[in-house]
Amino acid sequence: MTEAVRVSGSLRNRLATTLIGGAAVLAILLFFVVRSYAAQIAQQGQDSILGASVTSILDAASVRDGRIEVDFPYASFSMLGTDSDDRIFYAIYQDDQLLSGYDGLPAVDPNVGGDSSYRTAEFQGTPVRLAAATRMLIGADLRTQLTVSVAQTQDSLSGTLNRISRNVAIFGTGFFLLVVLLAFWATSAAIGPLARLTTSVARRGPQDLRPVVSPVPSEMVPLVTSLNSLMARLDQSLGRSEDFIAEAAHRVRTPLATVRSHAEATLQRVDREENRQAMRAMIRAIDESSRAAGQLLDHAMITFRADHLDRQDLDLVDLVQDLAVRLGPIADMRDVDLQVDAPVAVPITGDAILLQNAIRNIVDNALKYAPRESVIHIDVTTSPSPRVTVRDEGPGFPETEIAGLSDRFARGSNADGIIGSGLGLTIAQDVAAAHGGALTLGNHPKGGACVIFSF
Amino acid sequence: MRYIFVLIAALWAQMAIAQDWEDQRLFGDAQAVQTLRILSNTDTRFFAPIIDSFLAARPDVAVTYLVTGSADLYDVFRADPADFDIVISSAMDLQFKLANDGFALAVEGTDHPTWAQWRHSLFAFSTEPAAIAVNRAAFDRVPLPASRQELIQALRARPEVFRGRIGTYDVRQSGLGYLFATQDARASETYWRLTEVMGALDAQLYCCSGAMIDDLVSGKIAVAYNVLGSYASARTDAAAQIEVILPSDFPTTMMRSAFVSRDTDQPDLGRAFIHHLTDLQSDPVRAATFPLPALDQSGQPAITLDPALMTYLDRLKRRTFLQEWESAIIQ
Ligand SMILES: Nc1ncnc2c1ncn2[C@@H]1O[C@H](COP(=O)(O)OP(=O)(O)O)[C@@H](O)[C@H]1O
Repeated sequence: MTEAVRVSGSLRNRLATTLIGGAAVLAILLFFVVRSYAAQIAQQGQDSILGASVTSILDAASVRDGRIEVDFPYASFSMLGTDSDDRIFYAIYQDDQLLSGYDGLPAVDPNVGGDSSYRTAEFQGTPVRLAAATRMLIGADLRTQLTVSVAQTQDSLSGTLNRISRNVAIFGTGFFLLVVLLAFWATSAAIGPLARLTTSVARRGPQDLRPVVSPVPSEMVPLVTSLNSLMARLDQSLGRSEDFIAEAAHRVRTPLATVRSHAEATLQRVDREENRQAMRAMIRAIDESSRAAGQLLDHAMITFRADHLDRQDLDLVDLVQDLAVRLGPIADMRDVDLQVDAPVAVPITGDAILLQNAIRNIVDNALKYAPRESVIHIDVTTSPSPRVTVRDEGPGFPETEIAGLSDRFARGSNADGIIGSGLGLTIAQDVAAAHGGALTLGNHPKGGACVIFSF
Repeated sequence: MRYIFVLIAALWAQMAIAQDWEDQRLFGDAQAVQTLRILSNTDTRFFAPIIDSFLAARPDVAVTYLVTGSADLYDVFRADPADFDIVISSAMDLQFKLANDGFALAVEGTDHPTWAQWRHSLFAFSTEPAAIAVNRAAFDRVPLPASRQELIQALRARPEVFRGRIGTYDVRQSGLGYLFATQDARASETYWRLTEVMGALDAQLYCCSGAMIDDLVSGKIAVAYNVLGSYASARTDAAAQIEVILPSDFPTTMMRSAFVSRDTDQPDLGRAFIHHLTDLQSDPVRAATFPLPALDQSGQPAITLDPALMTYLDRLKRRTFLQEWESAIIQ
C-alpha cells in the first residue's frame, strides 16, 4: 500500500496567487500614480488660465493723470468660464491698498517680476485656487506697485478629476481582470508538463519501469532524471531477484528429481514395512518441495511475463478443453470427473502460457480438495465478460479466510495434509490482473468451492 | 413719556425699512399660510400672469411683488438678502455678480439648457433685444433707420428735428442701461459715435424703459435708443405712433434672470417658483400667451452668462467707462 503523500500548498495556487496579487498591487499603484499625475496636470491647466487672466489685467494697468487705471479686457474674465460654472473672485491692490474687487481675498506672495504664483486657499467658505502677480507702475511723478490676484473655485477641476479617477479605475479593473485570465492561463501552461508526466507515469502498468523518454521542460529535467535512475535501479534489483528465484528453483528441482528417482528405486528394493513407510514419506516430501520449487518458478515467470505479455488471439474454450485432456489422467486416478461445459468458441486475446498456468492451478486445487468420485464443473461463458468458472464438490473455502487466500504463501486451515505451497491462487490472481481481469473466490450454495477467472 | 418713546421707536423702525417701490402688489390671499416675496425690476403687468398661473394651483400661497430699478434692486437685495425669496432682474451682470458672490440658492432638477443657467442657481427665462424705438411722426416721408449707422446719419441729417428729442438710458442710474451700453461698446465703436451724436443733440436721459416709451408715445421725444423691445411692443395702444426697430448691424440681446435667495426661509416654495417660471418660459406655445417674451431656444444669445459679465462692474472699469460716456453724452 502506498503511503498518503503529505501536501504542502499547491504550485498552481502559489503561482496564480503571486501573479494575481502582483497584478492587484500594480493596478492599485497604476490608479494612484495616474490619478495624481492627472490631478497635477489638471491643476496646471487651471493655474495657467488663472495666470493668463492675472497677466491680462496687469497688462491693462496704466497711470493717467497721476491715477491708476486698469481697463482690462472682457477676455480677462471670460477665459475663466468652465463647464461647472466655477465662481471667480479677484482683487486689485495698489501698494497693499484694495483698489477694486473682492475684499479679504487671501494673499498670495507674488514674486516681483511678473511671474504669477499660485496657492490653494479658502474664500467665502469654499476652496479656491489663487493666482497673483505684481507689476511696478511708473508715471510722471508716481511710482507704485500694482498687485492683481484672481481666484476660482475648483468644481470643474474636481469634476474632471472624478471623471479621470473613474476612467482610470475602470481601466485598472479591466487590466486586473485581464491579468487574472492570463495568470490562470499561464499557471495551467506552466503546470501542464508536470500533469502530463504524472498521467504518463500513473498510466503505466505496475511492472513498467522503463525510463521516461518524452521531452520535458528544462526545470523538470533533474526530477525526471532522478525518477528514471530510480526506476532503472528498481528494475535492475527486481530483475536480479527474479533471476535469483528462478535460478534457485531450477537448481533445487533438478537434484530433487534425481533424489526422487533414487528414492523410488530404493522403495522397490526395501521390504520391511517401516522402511517402506519412511521411504514413502520421503518421496512425498520430495514431491512437495519440487512442486513448491515449480510454483516458485512459475510465479517468477509470471511476474516477469506480466510486463511483457505475449498477447495472441486465442479461443478460451480450446484452451480449457486442452487442459482438461491433459489433467484427465490425474482426475481418473482420483476417480474425479472433469466436466467441461462451453459454447462453440470464446475468443480472447492473451498470453497462452500464462493463462494455461493459471487455470491449471485452479483446476489442480479443485482436484486436490475435491472428494473421490465427485464431479468438477468447468464452465466457459462469454457474458458478462469472458470467464472460466471452476466448481468442485469438496468442502469449499473456509469462509472466514477467503479474503487472504490468494496472498502469497497463504494456505487455508483446510489445507492440512494436502500438498501445496500457497502460491496456486496467487499465480492465478496475478495472471488475471495482468490481463485486466479478476479472480473471484467463493463457495457454491450447494457446497464446494467456486473460483471464477474472468477477463 | 414711555408711549412717546415707543411711538418714536416704531416710527423710526418704519422709516428704516421704508423703501420707495416703483410698484408693490399682493397676489393671492393676504391671510395665506406662505408668502413668497419677489424682488423684481420687471413691470408688474408683465409678471402678473405668471404669478397668477403659479398661484392657481396653490391656494394657500400669496406673493408679494416688489418692483424697483435694476441698480437699486441690487443694492436693496445685497443689504438684506433674507428679506426676499426670489430676485428677478434684467441686469444680467448684476444678477450674475449676486450669484457669483454666493447669494443664490442652487435649484436642482430643472432641465434648463446650460447656456441659460449658471451653477444651477441663476436662471435666464426670457430673451429680449434692445431696440431703437421711433415716433413715426418724426420719420414722415423719410426712411426709417435700420441700423445704428443709419440712425447716426438720420440724426445728423436733421438735427433741428431731433435736438432735445432723443432719449436713452442714464447708464449711471440704470443697471440695464449700463449693461446695454457696455455690451454695445464691446461690440462696436459705432456705439461711441452714436453716443457723441446723441450728446451733441442734447439727449434726454431716462431711468427706465417705461418712462422713455411714455415720452415717445406722447411725442416728447422722437427716438429712443436701447429701449427694451418687449416693453415697446407691449404698448399696443401706441402701435400706430411708434415703430420698434431691431438694429440690423449687431443685436444686443438680454436675458431676464431669476434666482432664489440663499437666505430665504422657504426654499422649497422658491424652488417651485423657479421650476414654474423656467418651465413656462421654455415652452414657446405657453409663453406666447404671456406678455413676457419666451426664452429663445435657438441657442446662446449675444450676452452670455459667464464670469466676463463682471468685467464692467469692476470699480475701475466702471469709473473709466462712465467718464468716457459722460464726456460723450454731456457736452
Ligand atoms: N478447491 C478448493 N477447495 C477448498 N479449499 C481450497 C481450494 N482451493 C484452494 N483452497 C484453499 O486455498 C488455499 C490456498 O490455495 P493455493 O494458493 O492454491 O495453495 P495450496 O498450495 O495450499 O493449494 C489452500 O490452502 C486451501 O486452503
